Amino acid sequence: MAARIPPLTPEQFAELGRELDALRRELVADLGEPDAAYLRRVVAAQQRFEALGRALLWAGWFPPAWVAGTAALSVSKILDNMEIGHNVMHGQYDWMGDPKLNSKMFEWDTVCPSEQWRHTHNYVHHTYTNIIGKDRDIGYGLLRMVDAQYWRPYYLGNPVYAFLLMVFFEWGVMLHDLELDRLMTGRRSWASTKALRRRMWEKSGRQALKDYVLFPLLSGPGALATLTGNAVANLVRNLWAFSIIFCGHFPEGVADFTQEECENETRGQWYYRQLLGSSNITGGKLFHVLTGNLSFQIEHHLFPDIPARRYQEIAPRVREICQRYGLRYNTGPLGRQIGSVWRKIFRLALPPRPVGRSELSAIPKAA
Amino acid sequence: MEQSRAVPVKEFGEVAGVANSGLVRAAVRRVLESPIVTGLTAPHGVDRYLGMVNPLWSVREIRAVVVRVAHHTPDTVTLTLRPNANWTGARAGQHVRLTVAVGGVLRTRFFSVASAEGSADVEITAKVNRAVSRHLKEHARPGMVVTLSPAEGEFVLPDVLPARLLLISGGSGITPVMSILRTLTARAHDSRITFLHYAFTPRDVVYADELAAIAAADSRVTLRIAYTEAPGAGALDGLFRREHLAGADHAAALTYVCGPAPLMDAVADLWAADGLAGRLLAERFVPVTVPSADAVGEVRFRRSGVRAANDGRSLLEQAEAAGLSPEYGCRMGVCHTCTTVKADGAVRNTLTGAVSAEPGERVQLCVTTACGDVELDI
Ligand SMILES: Cc1cc2nc3c(=O)[nH]c(=O)nc-3n(C[C@H](O)[C@H](O)[C@H](O)COP(=O)(O)OP(=O)(O)OC[C@H]3O[C@@H](n4cnc5c(N)ncnc54)[C@H](O)[C@@H]3O)c2cc1C
Ligand code: FES
Repeated sequence: MAARIPPLTPEQFAELGRELDALRRELVADLGEPDAAYLRRVVAAQQRFEALGRALLWAGWFPPAWVAGTAALSVSKILDNMEIGHNVMHGQYDWMGDPKLNSKMFEWDTVCPSEQWRHTHNYVHHTYTNIIGKDRDIGYGLLRMVDAQYWRPYYLGNPVYAFLLMVFFEWGVMLHDLELDRLMTGRRSWASTKALRRRMWEKSGRQALKDYVLFPLLSGPGALATLTGNAVANLVRNLWAFSIIFCGHFPEGVADFTQEECENETRGQWYYRQLLGSSNITGGKLFHVLTGNLSFQIEHHLFPDIPARRYQEIAPRVREICQRYGLRYNTGPLGRQIGSVWRKIFRLALPPRPVGRSELSAIPKAA
Repeated sequence: MEQSRAVPVKEFGEVAGVANSGLVRAAVRRVLESPIVTGLTAPHGVDRYLGMVNPLWSVREIRAVVVRVAHHTPDTVTLTLRPNANWTGARAGQHVRLTVAVGGVLRTRFFSVASAEGSADVEITAKVNRAVSRHLKEHARPGMVVTLSPAEGEFVLPDVLPARLLLISGGSGITPVMSILRTLTARAHDSRITFLHYAFTPRDVVYADELAAIAAADSRVTLRIAYTEAPGAGALDGLFRREHLAGADHAAALTYVCGPAPLMDAVADLWAADGLAGRLLAERFVPVTVPSADAVGEVRFRRSGVRAANDGRSLLEQAEAAGLSPEYGCRMGVCHTCTTVKADGAVRNTLTGAVSAEPGERVQLCVTTACGDVELDI
């Protein structure tokens, strides 16, 4: 069932917008050396893990070296994609004035070209978060992730598609901008995707060349160990990224919105939608770093271009604001959130029970 | 007060004891730039990994390490920088763009190279102004690494030296003419050089001792220092005027001038009045200025050559009104699709209210307004 959306008065919306804008200004004014130093430390750590992983895989015929090397390379890819790539490409560190850490110049260690990611993610997903029909991250054009998506027999395969998406996540992310569902139904022409496809070939070709040809060849007789180590590292990153990202919007209780509800949205209403449309994961310090602080998905959606290391510090205040306005602050440990996501994936594979539809129509409008 | 430390600048591929390390270095560079290494280090590039081993190593960037820090006057700092092998030298009088992190933010500023043409090290002298110069004054230590641009600028000596040269500088404007003077004293030639320098008081002359030594040792050089706030302390007093040129034969000389705007303007006026404008080379250290009112000035779109009066709306709207179509997404400061290089001018972020005048910074067009003249790279 879709979450019940608590309505606010126009005055409350305006006040919510003001409060969160003020919080944002406070954060921006405080950015400086510690944030820059933090990011540089994470980049240095990621590079060391990468170097360590590649070096250990040279000795990959020795099983402990293979395991340690693959683990180090997995951590490197996770850091690169999440705490560094995702956050840098959001423009969180643009203020540092460093072209190498600039949202428009950064390229990450995955097959998805960064500029396509910025379009589907920074623009489409972050602007239209959880608006059915506009936020293409709802089910990625592949899955049924909210009750309001009309059920078709195709969705009986929901868990299978989700599993495949998880295993091949980087490829799914890459293909996202093609909008395969719209290509298939003819709402988008194949020819119009030519430039996108060329970039996908280039980027994924280079990634595959590196992980599946050059480094294995460089390992000589240990080529197979390196090849499998690299493949497993990519897989581990896929499973992790998928799990963290799905916990950000799809546990039970996260709200979705209709296009009509979000017409002529005010800033306060936009914040409200971000708050209700996201969910957090609780955990320790290291866990948050490894999620790229996307475990603070709510804070991230309020302030997507503020350095993610700050989310933890403002989380208590966001929570307090939620309490005051009677808005649900959806959070829980990883196990519970993931369990909730998968239960939903299975539940939505089946057609809605008749009672489900009447529940849906009882949802008060947000705007 | 001077700090120095022997900082070895070991280039990649430089092997102790190998006589011909230049060749080794060239070979290593070829390997580092080969398609295989590029493929192995994709998508981040080989520089990111080289920098891990040594912050000076880079196949492309000019990085330099501070080897000496001197405080010749209370409000300047003089740095001796040792660049990596990507540095191809500066002609006397040229300047570099120096990039350094201040409070986590990379900032780029112009500084003239004060060292002589052909020297391996690059010397700069920064007068304490704001962000970068203050940071260098307070925090520069031997071992600090900065990034440099290649040397640029037309404030240079001609291929054939004229019989007479006149060098005029004021305050920190001494740096490019110092380079010219140092270069000339080291060279065999028989041109006569007059060096006319302006400073507040004797304490404010950056290269005082070296200038005196050059004047004493090199009979081709005549040194005259004018103090604007210490009457009687030097050969000349007060602000620039015609009498200060006595004996310099300015009509016959090729003249170089660099200093504060009033000095440069006065010199340019006199040269124009004497019909000598073509014999004057000037280097201006223009600082950025931030006007107070918002809807003033002009927005210039560099790549398209379009310009329009600033009407106070967001730069995105103004660009569109001017017939351009910059990329955009959310139009509310969320997605950074509209981020563009602002080459010049002061802007205000409408979300934070912050004003910034950083040259070459990237701004989000949809939430940025111009405060006066602004130049965008679209
Ligand atoms: C070709 C060239 C060569 C140069 N060579 C030298 C040299 O050899 N030595 C040297 O000392 N300088 C040199 N300069 C000048 C130097 O680049 C500038 O003075 C530079 O701005 C100093 O940097 P800064 O970070 O210390 O000060 P900045 O932060 O750039 O501030 C400089 C001035 O800009 C104004 N300003 C900046 N931001 C603001 C703001 N937000 N609000 C209000 N006002 C503001 C202020 O008036 C301030 O005094 C050169 C300049 C050029 C163009
Ligand atoms: S258009 Fe999205 S930040 Fe400007």
